[in-house]
Amino acid sequence: MAVGRAGKRKWSAGCTAVLTLMPTVVICLIAYYGSIGWTIGMSFTTSGILPKYEFAGFDQYIRLWSEPRWHTAFANMFIFGALYVGGCLVFGVALAIAVDQGVRGRNFLQSLFLYPIALSFIVTGLAWQWFLNPTVGLQAFVRSLGFEGFVFDWLSSPEKAIFTLVIAGVWQSSGLVMAIVYAGLGSIDSEIWRAGRVDGIPKVRMYRRVILPMLTPVLLVCVVLLAMNVVKSYDLVVAMTGGGPGFSTDLPAKFVVDNLFQRANIGLASAGATVMLLAVLVILLLSACIQRIRKARP
Amino acid sequence: MTAARSARYRSPRHRQSIVRAQHFGLYLFLFTAALFFSIPLLIMISTSLKTAAEVRAGSVFALPVEPGFAAWTRAWGEACIGRTCEGISAGLWNSVIILIPSTVLSVGLAALNGYALSLWNVPRAGAILAALLLGAFIPYQVMIYPLVRMASTVGIYGSLPGIVAVHVIFGIPVLTLIFCNFYKGLPPELIKAARVDGAGFFRIFRRIVLPMSGNIIIVALILSVTGVWNDYLLSLIFAGRDNLPMTVQLASLVGTRIGVPEYNVNMAATLITALPPLLLYLLSGKYFVRGVTAGAIKG
Repeated sequence: MAVGRAGKRKWSAGCTAVLTLMPTVVICLIAYYGSIGWTIGMSFTTSGILPKYEFAGFDQYIRLWSEPRWHTAFANMFIFGALYVGGCLVFGVALAIAVDQGVRGRNFLQSLFLYPIALSFIVTGLAWQWFLNPTVGLQAFVRSLGFEGFVFDWLSSPEKAIFTLVIAGVWQSSGLVMAIVYAGLGSIDSEIWRAGRVDGIPKVRMYRRVILPMLTPVLLVCVVLLAMNVVKSYDLVVAMTGGGPGFSTDLPAKFVVDNLFQRANIGLASAGATVMLLAVLVILLLSACIQRIRKARP
Repeated sequence: MTAARSARYRSPRHRQSIVRAQHFGLYLFLFTAALFFSIPLLIMISTSLKTAAEVRAGSVFALPVEPGFAAWTRAWGEACIGRTCEGISAGLWNSVIILIPSTVLSVGLAALNGYALSLWNVPRAGAILAALLLGAFIPYQVMIYPLVRMASTVGIYGSLPGIVAVHVIFGIPVLTLIFCNFYKGLPPELIKAARVDGAGFFRIFRRIVLPMSGNIIIVALILSVTGVWNDYLLSLIFAGRDNLPMTVQLASLVGTRIGVPEYNVNMAATLITALPPLLLYLLSGKYFVRGVTAGAIKG
């Protein structure tokens, strides 16, 4: 009797767990996958100001790739992406290794390198816009020192404005890489360091040949996180350049939002959003492949 | 390694000078990095304490001659956002009103979900978590328009419940992951014993699991608070004109171009917006770091 009752209790408690879980999970999954499917669907329609469910084949995609603004935005995603991910990774790893050398004031330095992560990209963008503004910022300062010919006008130059986004982005995110890699460095067995010392291998080579290869999974996580930031980048562009001068610093995320809410090109924006989705899936698949290959290797 | 090179490492004097050079290089690098990270903040602070005339006359690096909070008061209560000139103080209130229900709901639900997924034999728990996390990885742009339609169908588009719902929906996956990982580390005997004693799902949660979750709740709260406070795009679209939070107000304040741009006021407004998460960061220290890295490392 008693056993039967306990068994029943157990079953009903398990049921409660599922029932508690269900509402939020169902709502979230509908919100995510329902809207993803909806967006993909709309990208194959003639939707303009309002969604119109008239099948248009790949017309919106053809239109998308004939828009010069999209071309700029798409190319910028790769330029900004490569420099931002590379910059954050190199700088972040260097910072992590540097603070790991038993330097004085380690806690203070780490807090200093990480505080930008607490800020909104809007705040970061405005701060750097002010500092790099040619008429009042860095350029004006160096000129006032007597170097009249000094030019640092990246922010107002269509070719170079994208690099200002990279500077601000690296400033914001390399602290995160530092924190993650620093945690990874701490998890490395001290035996490995001892073995290196016994063999007389210099520290620099130990890092390059032994330690960093051991941290590949951690670095991969960083790359995926940073790459996601690139595809999502919207706030930073809005705050820093507004996509300008002209459309020179446009990114897909901004192109899509502008076309959805300002230009009322819902079909076109959905096509752009679908391309963004593909970009994210490619990143995730690539990282999964790399992980699998690494695991398969003895 | 060639013989000559290994010999070089063995010579003690040479080695000492190499170590010294490395030491110097290390501190030089750290010093430069520290400058790079602190300059934008220092410049913002110093600019916000200057008068408008001083900003126009001097350089960004010049310290304020007569530091004052005039720009801060203007940013707080008088600066123009579009045509209304009431500063960003209204945005602070809106941010708080959005923040409290969003974080309480998403952390609470995530704790319950994480508890159910990790300590109860929910079928396909791994697949559910993976589906949630994949959704959180997709950029908002891919989902935003259908979400607007869904929200207006339910009748919450452009309102406080609307923006709170969107924050909760997008906040849950990573927070659930954090709770899941934490609860998996609890000793399973504890739950088993309670179950044998006849305690149910919620009773075990309230009596046993929740009292042990203090630290992880702090980590989740910090992550959630910073995320919601710093959000721009979702609030811009879902909050409606009466509930725009500080980040959105700040962007339009700086974007308002009537007359001469008041850089000192802009910088004061930026600092006011950045202050709450910055203070949270300084006060919470290790918890904050754990929050931003927890989702990353185990995900």
